[in-house]
Amino acid sequence: MGIQSRVSDDGQELVISIQGRFDFSAHQDFRNSYEALSRQPGTYRVDMNETTYLDSSALGMLLLLRDHAGGNSAKIEIVNCSPDVKKILTISNFEQLFTIQ
Amino acid sequence: MSESVPLTILIADDTDSDRLILEAIVKKEGHRVVSVCDGQEAISAFIAERPDMVLLDALMPRLDGFGAARKIKELAGQELVPIIFLTSLTDTESLVHCLDAGGDDFLSKPYNRVILKAKIKSFSRMREMHNEVQIQRDQIASHNDHLMQEQTIAKQVFDNIAHTGCLDAANVNYFLSPLAVFNGDVIVAAIRPSGSMMVLLGDFTGHGLPAAIGAMPLASSFYGMVQKGFSMVDILREVNQKLKQILPIGVFCCATIVDMNFVKKKIKIWNGGLPDGYVHRAATGEVETIKSTHLPLGVLDDMSFRDDCQHIEMELGDRLYMWSDGIIESRNGSGDMFGEERLRALFDSKKQAEPVFDRILNSVHEYAEGERDDDLSLIELTMVEPAEVINTNLDYEPQRYGGLLEWALDLELKPSTFRMFDPLPLLLNILVEVPGLRSHSGNLYTILAELYSNALEHGVLGLDSSWKQTPEGFARYYDERKKRVDALEGGFVRFKLDHEVEGDGGTLNIRVTDSGPGFEHQRNINNSHKAEGYSGRGIPLIRTLCDSLRYIGVGNQVEVIFKWDADD
Repeated sequence: MGIQSRVSDDGQELVISIQGRFDFSAHQDFRNSYEALSRQPGTYRVDMNETTYLDSSALGMLLLLRDHAGGNSAKIEIVNCSPDVKKILTISNFEQLFTIQ
Repeated sequence: MSESVPLTILIADDTDSDRLILEAIVKKEGHRVVSVCDGQEAISAFIAERPDMVLLDALMPRLDGFGAARKIKELAGQELVPIIFLTSLTDTESLVHCLDAGGDDFLSKPYNRVILKAKIKSFSRMREMHNEVQIQRDQIASHNDHLMQEQTIAKQVFDNIAHTGCLDAANVNYFLSPLAVFNGDVIVAAIRPSGSMMVLLGDFTGHGLPAAIGAMPLASSFYGMVQKGFSMVDILREVNQKLKQILPIGVFCCATIVDMNFVKKKIKIWNGGLPDGYVHRAATGEVETIKSTHLPLGVLDDMSFRDDCQHIEMELGDRLYMWSDGIIESRNGSGDMFGEERLRALFDSKKQAEPVFDRILNSVHEYAEGERDDDLSLIELTMVEPAEVINTNLDYEPQRYGGLLEWALDLELKPSTFRMFDPLPLLLNILVEVPGLRSHSGNLYTILAELYSNALEHGVLGLDSSWKQTPEGFARYYDERKKRVDALEGGFVRFKLDHEVEGDGGTLNIRVTDSGPGFEHQRNINNSHKAEGYSGRGIPLIRTLCDSLRYIGVGNQVEVIFKWDADD
């Protein structure tokens, strides 16, 4: 389980990869991954390729990121979701708030 | 001295002087000599001495060299016994006659010692080479016999394991052509306890034995699990995991697996790496494609493996077609592939009365002109009434074997456990032991996770979600969670799971009780999914995923009922 993040070479995009279960225990790492940056990137990509499950506190964390990134003007893509993960995001109407692939 | 091995050389010459000279030359080269005076004696000496090489005078009394040569060649059989004619004849016709009679070369009289020596050496080499080739040929033949024998036995074992199951059912047409004794394509089919038909078509990379070997664990898992009532997703995962474990990197199995439910008239299908399958509608003649949306079996580990399936309604008479790439990649004489367009076109030609299944096979066969360079498999499943497939004597009640069926569990977690242990994997591991429930593990995880965090955080720890209104509050909430868990001295969260079998599936009753004071559940129980705020999504999530949720008493107890169906 862990959070890894990486800024693209041009500094324009932050990719946050979440391994294993995405729940409250990831909160601090998840928050650090974007708050610790000196310059905020234009777009965010949350890579769920290795995310097995996420719970409602993770939904809250995604919303924290969204507000941090500018709320309605935030550009956040959530990519590589497993069907289980995608289902949770869909039930909670998150496709209205994020670009989900 | 000659470096060649000493040979036994038969010399037949009726002229004493010539023979003596020849004997002397040959002996000097270190070979053993057997001397005779005519063709008849030459034959007798050949039988008695089995010489390695024969020097024959062409013209001799009783039997001449030509006659002797023919007989000696016949006696030698497959062994190479070089015959060199000794002759004073020089006309072309006579020399040709020497060779026609089975001679390998000729040597003109008077003898040139150097040439004779060179010829013996050369024929000795040729003889050795010939022997070598014969030995190797015999070895190859014996290895091949051995291999065929082994393969025949192995094939019997293979066929017993990877048998064709219920492919003889009335609604199934299939074709499976092996390139070798073993087949890189595999079709397995079985009727599930619930009465639906599960079919898997697989195409292993390569063909022959290395490809076929993977079909054995595939088939044994498939038949074992179908019979026990496991769901398609369980079986997919098991087969994938097993293949991943045993196959070398680069060997995998492209596969389509389908569960055909004759009662509900629908199919559930998963395609990993095989060409598009078709659903051919009986009423309209329309074709819908079933694309591969997954990686083949045996590539991903269980965690990365995706098991989401396509659900398709089928009317009576609608047909499902699946094939391996052997159909599409069949080549004609000029090396062009049959291709998807030709295949698709076969479904459009409504004029032909011939069923599509036969039309496909005939077209591919005609196109490839009998040549084949890949395993070629085709299967057609027709949606029919259940009675046409299942023996009517069969008990329709779902029969299940093994696994957890009816059971209940109580688990009470206390403070030291809250600090160190996450109970969700444990509970989930128990739940997936119920055959068929694994495919719901995502939903079950969510339900259990939400119930547990509510019970622990709000019930036992008394944390208030209203803190989560700001990013700082959100952080404070989880800081406080940690502090309170660490300091906790009393309290509990109690899970009570109760599972009952029902139809193809079952009902799982989950009751979670916490030691907290409860809360005013009547007021905010009907919250729907909301767009604002960082909290409050747990309960609406559970409500969507389960059949019912209710709080009991003061609100420190919650009951969720989760009904499931093996087909979902």
